[in-house]
Amino acid sequence: MADKLYTRRDVVKVISFSLLAGSGLLGSSCVNKEATEEFLQRHYLEMTEDEKKRVVKRLEERYRKDYGVKFNISTEAAKKGTLWGYGLDLSRCIGCRRCVYACVRENNNSRHDPQVHLIRVLRLKKGNLINLEHSEHYYNPEHVPEEGFIYMPVQCQHCENPPCVKVCPVKATWKEPDGLVVVDYNWCIGCRYCMAACPYKGRVFNWAEPKIPKEEINGEVHYLGNRPRMKNVVEKCTFCIQRVRSGRYPACVEACPTGTRKFGNLLDQESEIRYLIENKRVFRLKEDLNTEPKFYYFFSL
Amino acid sequence: MEAWRFFKRTLVLVLKGRPAYYIWCFLLIAVFSIGLKFYFNQVNEGLIVTNMRDQVSWGLYIANFTYLVGVAAAAVLLVIPAYIYHFEPIKEIVVLGELFAASSMIMALMLVFMDLGRPERFWHLIPFIGKLAFPQSLLAWDVLVLNGYLFLNIFIPVYILVKSYYRQEPNKRFIIPLILFSIPMAVGIHTVTAFLYNGLPARPFWNASILAPRFLASAFCSGPAIIIIIFQAIRAISNIKIKDEALFKIAELIAYAMFLNLFLMGAEIFKEFYSDTIHLAPITYLYKGIGDHRALVPWIWSSFFLNVAAFLMFLLPATRRRIITLNIACLFTIVGIWIEKGIGFVLPGFTPDPLGEIYEYIPNLTEFAISLGIWALGLLIFTLFMKVAIPIVRGDFVHSRHEKKTLQPSLSKNAGIEGKGNLGE
Amino acid sequence: MRTTFILSLLFLCAYGYGKTKEEFPVPRPPFTEGIFPCSSCHEGMEVNPKKRELKEEHRSIKLRHGENFRWCLDCHDGQNRDKLKLVSGELIDFTESYMLCGQCHGTTYRDWKAGIHGKRTGYFSGKKMYFLCVHCHDPHNPKFKPLRPEPPPMKPKETKHGR
Repeated sequence: MADKLYTRRDVVKVISFSLLAGSGLLGSSCVNKEATEEFLQRHYLEMTEDEKKRVVKRLEERYRKDYGVKFNISTEAAKKGTLWGYGLDLSRCIGCRRCVYACVRENNNSRHDPQVHLIRVLRLKKGNLINLEHSEHYYNPEHVPEEGFIYMPVQCQHCENPPCVKVCPVKATWKEPDGLVVVDYNWCIGCRYCMAACPYKGRVFNWAEPKIPKEEINGEVHYLGNRPRMKNVVEKCTFCIQRVRSGRYPACVEACPTGTRKFGNLLDQESEIRYLIENKRVFRLKEDLNTEPKFYYFFSL
Repeated sequence: MEAWRFFKRTLVLVLKGRPAYYIWCFLLIAVFSIGLKFYFNQVNEGLIVTNMRDQVSWGLYIANFTYLVGVAAAAVLLVIPAYIYHFEPIKEIVVLGELFAASSMIMALMLVFMDLGRPERFWHLIPFIGKLAFPQSLLAWDVLVLNGYLFLNIFIPVYILVKSYYRQEPNKRFIIPLILFSIPMAVGIHTVTAFLYNGLPARPFWNASILAPRFLASAFCSGPAIIIIIFQAIRAISNIKIKDEALFKIAELIAYAMFLNLFLMGAEIFKEFYSDTIHLAPITYLYKGIGDHRALVPWIWSSFFLNVAAFLMFLLPATRRRIITLNIACLFTIVGIWIEKGIGFVLPGFTPDPLGEIYEYIPNLTEFAISLGIWALGLLIFTLFMKVAIPIVRGDFVHSRHEKKTLQPSLSKNAGIEGKGNLGE
Repeated sequence: MRTTFILSLLFLCAYGYGKTKEEFPVPRPPFTEGIFPCSSCHEGMEVNPKKRELKEEHRSIKLRHGENFRWCLDCHDGQNRDKLKLVSGELIDFTESYMLCGQCHGTTYRDWKAGIHGKRTGYFSGKKMYFLCVHCHDPHNPKFKPLRPEPPPMKPKETKHGR
């Protein structure tokens, strides 16, 4: 990128930046080199490999300074011939929420104020599945499972036809070639239109600067996944992009004590997910909306 | 050079006024400054300082935005009788209405800006520089049509006023197409804003085809109602001639729009409650409450009765043609539609949320302060517009070569009159 | 390091049995501390094939698993205590206990092999670790035990402003 120092776009950006800075809209935040670079940073899909490297290096330094942990930020791309799918066995889920907290730790989510959970476990009365308005999110008995209830965890369903992607006014979110719906946290303007568009509450907002205990930081991160977020941007489940692109199961799958959660490559005939789609009775949430989720609920019993 | 002279003279016009004018402007600036202080805090801390949460992710800002888009669209109710039917009493004041539309457009855009989590990244929305998702995102459409409408409603009146400053006839072949274009644009901003919600199957309350027509019908009530009040205020303050006929005509148009609005509302209520599907929850929450969650119920019923009362008062010539009852009807409409198209429209879309959770959102001080600040800013901008536009419309503020020798002292006198009292509520 | 060693050992074991057998790498079975190998106590003990209540040892085991029809030596081999016994009489390792369970729970066994019943960890497109049936189900009392749930999420109204 050294051959062309400034493009027209850069010039306009600089002008608008100085205008903004001049009008004091940046508030008290000082205008230093890093902030300028971050402000002018391009959309992830438009960055060259060099630019990505620079951005990753800058972020790794900043994170190390902020959290005192060595970070390894991956920008690994989707592998050819992969399309990730998820299975969840409603006969097995006991609603223990182990997945919820494993997800929080794996994905460096804000622990409180705001508390960011990418998985919600709904408790439904037996005999009542489709009308989620009768669901209870805050059940807290001594022990689970409770008599007369079933449990249904919900997270981003990684739709083939994702309404959240369609509505984003700045294309800050998109579907990767392996089917993962991801967000460029540095491009999101925080308008929250995607949250209004998602039928599964798959998107949550960092209403303030995330609060993560330093000793619980997970330094193995993906740029589009679990790197620490900033305030006022949207985030979501990425099926643990940092894990699945290197062949590991998502954290929620490994944490589940009942083996409720299944994961695999939909294009691989031999995968667990293909087996269960072909051999079990599966359904997808709110199929009437035509979102084509890649998240299959099934009953093994 | 000439442009600079014009600019300097308008600046003088804006800066000089009676004490009441200064007080009024100072008040608005004060309210705006308070809002700004809250906004800086919001930028520093994050949107957590509002009461919006994941369950209800849009609140008072977007409610006000939706309402103000409607108000802005209403200028078309002056443009049509003025330019298409050449109804003289309205034609005289149509530029004021257009400037009013521009002011509400600025408010609407500012409110969206207040709602953005990362305002410094607004440039991502600029076509070609950023990455505007046109045409798939309705928000991208909204960015374009709202700014386009804002441009039209500043450009048209400014062009006409400047021409009139120089005592020249406006170039009709140039300006009339623009004026005519502003009519579909007015319909457009409201339709697009309605589609913004309408296109979300995740939210059954908004996912009703009746939405855009309802938006238009209600816009043609609230906007003109505000205009009627503001025109009276202008008339009282500045001695500009605004005929009662014009006001009554606008009121008559509101009666039709309100009838349509009530009819469409009835159609929606029938469909929802009679078919009684699982998608009934949001409208039940709005009109009847779900369990203990009844926060919006008193609001929406007040809105209903205010709108019905206003309709009757606009309909009957006896009440429509009396200034007092006319004003009451206008106030009823302004409040009634604000509830219906603001909180009564945005919040039920989120309650219950897609996983059935109910969070009863009530805006907090930060949100009220920032919203009020934006309203104050809009009124201030409108006041300054009027401070220049009215003397031009009255023919007092013209290029010096057209000024009669005797007019010179009267100009400063008029500047005083204009600053009297409040310009609209 | 140790896990890798055990794993490769197990792998070799399974390979040794070889023939047409499928291979399922599993972690160490959930033995009670210090109980395995069983032969360290049972060596030289006379085998008592009579169905009875155990009064001296293994008193914590309350059989709740088809208790009317079977008892210890239906699954544990009387002669070689470090092995389990299939109905066919074939002896298997504790790491292969799934074959024993699979004798009755055929459909579940099938699902388990496909990775649908039970749990696997590791690399789904490489080395996977299969959990044994007995990692989740006590073979003597297999019903899944209730758990204390993790805390519910914060309610939206509980979120505090400020730092």
